[in-house]
Amino acid sequence: MFAPIYFDHNATTPVDERVVEAMLPYFSARYGNASSRHEYGRAALAALEKAREQVAAATGAHPTEIIFTSGGSEANNLFLKGAGATFRGAVTSGRAETVAVGATEHLSVLNAARQLRAQGWQLTQLPVDAEGQIHLADVEAAAEEKPRRWSVMLANNETGVIHDVAAIAACVREIAPDGGWFHTDAVQALGRMPIDFRVLNNAGVHALTISSHKICGPKGAAALVMDKRLDLATQIAGGGQERGLRSGTENIAAIVGFGAACELAVSRLAERARAQEALRERLEARLREMGASIFAAGAPRLPNTSFFAFPSVDGETLVGKLDRAGFAIASGSACSSADSSPSHVLLAMGVPADLAQCAVRVSLGEKTRAAEIEGFLLALQETTTKLSRLAAYTRL
Amino acid sequence: MSYSAKVIDHYENPRNVGSFDQNDENVGTGMVGAPACGDVMKLQIQVGKDGVIEDARFKTYGCGSAIASSSLLTEWVKGKTVEEAMTIKNTQIAEELALPPVKIHCSVLAEDAIKAAVADYRKKHGEPV
Amino acid sequence: MQLPIYLDYSATTPVDPRVAEKMIPYLSAHFGNPASRSHGFGWEAEAAVEKARAQVADLIGADPKEIVWTSGATESNNLAIKGAAHFYGRDKGKHLITVKTEHKAVLDPMRELERQGYQVTWLDVRENGLIDLEAFREALTPDTALVSIMLVNNEIGVIQPIAEIGALCREKGVIFHVDAAQATGKVAIDLKTLPVDLMSFSAHKTYGPKGIGALYVRRKPRVRLEAQMHGGGHERGFRSGTLAPHQIVGMGEAFALAGAEMATENERIARLRDRLYAGLSGIEATYVNGDLEARVAHNLNVSFAYVEGESLIMAIKDLAVSSGSACTSASLEPSYVLRALGRSDELAHSSIRFSLGRFTSEEDIDYALSLLRQKVAKLRDMSPLWEMAQAGIDLDKVQWAAH
Repeated sequence: MFAPIYFDHNATTPVDERVVEAMLPYFSARYGNASSRHEYGRAALAALEKAREQVAAATGAHPTEIIFTSGGSEANNLFLKGAGATFRGAVTSGRAETVAVGATEHLSVLNAARQLRAQGWQLTQLPVDAEGQIHLADVEAAAEEKPRRWSVMLANNETGVIHDVAAIAACVREIAPDGGWFHTDAVQALGRMPIDFRVLNNAGVHALTISSHKICGPKGAAALVMDKRLDLATQIAGGGQERGLRSGTENIAAIVGFGAACELAVSRLAERARAQEALRERLEARLREMGASIFAAGAPRLPNTSFFAFPSVDGETLVGKLDRAGFAIASGSACSSADSSPSHVLLAMGVPADLAQCAVRVSLGEKTRAAEIEGFLLALQETTTKLSRLAAYTRL
Repeated sequence: MSYSAKVIDHYENPRNVGSFDQNDENVGTGMVGAPACGDVMKLQIQVGKDGVIEDARFKTYGCGSAIASSSLLTEWVKGKTVEEAMTIKNTQIAEELALPPVKIHCSVLAEDAIKAAVADYRKKHGEPV
Repeated sequence: MQLPIYLDYSATTPVDPRVAEKMIPYLSAHFGNPASRSHGFGWEAEAAVEKARAQVADLIGADPKEIVWTSGATESNNLAIKGAAHFYGRDKGKHLITVKTEHKAVLDPMRELERQGYQVTWLDVRENGLIDLEAFREALTPDTALVSIMLVNNEIGVIQPIAEIGALCREKGVIFHVDAAQATGKVAIDLKTLPVDLMSFSAHKTYGPKGIGALYVRRKPRVRLEAQMHGGGHERGFRSGTLAPHQIVGMGEAFALAGAEMATENERIARLRDRLYAGLSGIEATYVNGDLEARVAHNLNVSFAYVEGESLIMAIKDLAVSSGSACTSASLEPSYVLRALGRSDELAHSSIRFSLGRFTSEEDIDYALSLLRQKVAKLRDMSPLWEMAQAGIDLDKVQWAAH
């Protein structure tokens, strides 16, 4: 029995041992409710506020700009629907307001935006080119409609493509100075590329989403980093926690873990990114030799992500075979992996559906080693050879 | 709620808790606040022939800050003339006790209490209030 | 004995060490995303999630398919109330019924719906904290789409007659939601027989972790909801977002322990509560808030007349207790729950909620009692109201100076 190698870090990551250590006291020893005024409560509140500072420091934000949520999906929903709800009046004033999102956004952004559409909003999707990139000309065109809400992700979860969100936001602001609120889903970007909310905010980005479990923190904690001038409508109402924006007893242990993970995620970031990029270069050089198409290879990408396909080798079949060979990879986003239709990201890039069906994603982590990449390439070579032979045979 | 060391000291060791005979000629009694608001303060002064406050007592129903404000006030008024006592401002009490903004009303109540006690004393002596 | 003594189990509970032990492997060794369908990391996480779903279902007599994971009871309440009102409000009508003593996580979504054009009936409670079934029956109209009434009150621990309420709802075809955050492990819940359509649960009130809860959504007859969080379509579309297996495993284990130990634990806690009650009854002018019979064993909410609540809390800082609910304790307003019982502002101000739990000992109770006797006496010595009451003055007849 050997331990499988995990190459699916864009789906989730193992919690770092130092993060686990930081969390442990908050289960059975320091268990207070942060709203309680006694010593147990105050200890919980102090831990919460320390984590808020750590999260702020990792994103160049101020602690008062951090709203904790239960996950990235919730934070994305909070921005889109919370910002949407404050505009209810405008929708009925004769002309439908517009929400603009990238075509390759995560489903939590796309489906929250579709929810706004169901309430009467216009939904504009910013197209991407064959490399998954958004062109400023398309942003300019969309900005003519003066959308009230924008959401464009910083880095794509499937392809790893990095969008120049600062330039896009600045472009929006130039065309429509009162052009509405701009959000970016930075869930995949944190810990893999530098993020500075002050710089983004100065360019016209008002909010960003980050999540703990993509950076070796626990699942169950995330944040919306938010310009305080935004007036969001609460989506989960009750006890009034998180400045009234998100009610519910705070998940102290997970938030403490998130804070600790944030500190680790930004320390030695450049070094880690260089190491991962070198491993990916090695991986992709071999993939090309083996005849794979690599998606968005020409675009700026996260250093840990490689999304590729062997024409005529079904992605899910390949992933299944590799799992049995001891390598955990994905055929796309985990969130939609119950659904076998081809990736909406690839379709938006103009990839033909039959090639998109063949796509598989490798996403590396901090602990990925060169030997693991070599082992993976061997297994991949063997598997694809067998599968293409089989495919050729069934075609006969 | 975090209290300052001075509030905690007055709360744990309140000075001059008690009552004088309300009908005594030399006693002025001020009772301010209401139970529904969460604080009631009773402040009494005992005034000498020379118009100097010789002694003071308080009883307070209220939070730690209210108790501390009235306890501090009894210390301050002793040895002062009634005129001098009338010049004590709530801001001085709030500053001395480092009261947080949500507790400023306790010091206001204390100022009201001394004014009411002096008014009661003056009324007993037929002086203009 | 560790000071301060924790008597605030209704605010939150420690994670039972047996629960924590089960959770920790799901942070690092078994860290997979249960939505990952392509490898063993995902499958083992999914298997753990499904085992926990069965554990939760088991405690409440439900089918595992009727359990939807959420981030906590607040989210469950929001999803149930807004989700059902939006779905059923379209054809059943826009009338909703709730009770004035509900948790804010029920009251606030109801207010939000009121702003959106729904009519909400806010039922009063009787002096003992229980609703009047006759008044409830009269409040039901042909337009009523949804009723939300809690099982166990968080401040005073009273148990509402949800079986009777549910039967009336069934009769009228009205969806019935119950906030049971404070009930698990304290009262038996059997959804096979209880006529309840939606029920909210929390882990951290029952020795599980914070950040995880569940919503029971009945399948027979099928109850529909509009999702409140959109994305990858997790939880059969009811609630999108990556699941947190370590928390879910913790909730499952905590609920399994609650089921196994409820009977013996409640008996032990009831004895401690009776000891506390007997001791407090020896202090003059103290009043228990809420019915003593229809009440969980863990809760005693007591008003100490003529002393002010905040100064009392300060005096007994060796006891970790709360005045009013934890969620409202940042405000200086008297508890709205006690006001709804008809308690005067001053009695509401001077109330302390003692909530006992798994790790409370007899020694804890005795220490608490001796401290309370001493401090209540000291504060009353300092209280002008106590002095007046002793002199036979009726405080209600006093003209208080406006302030």
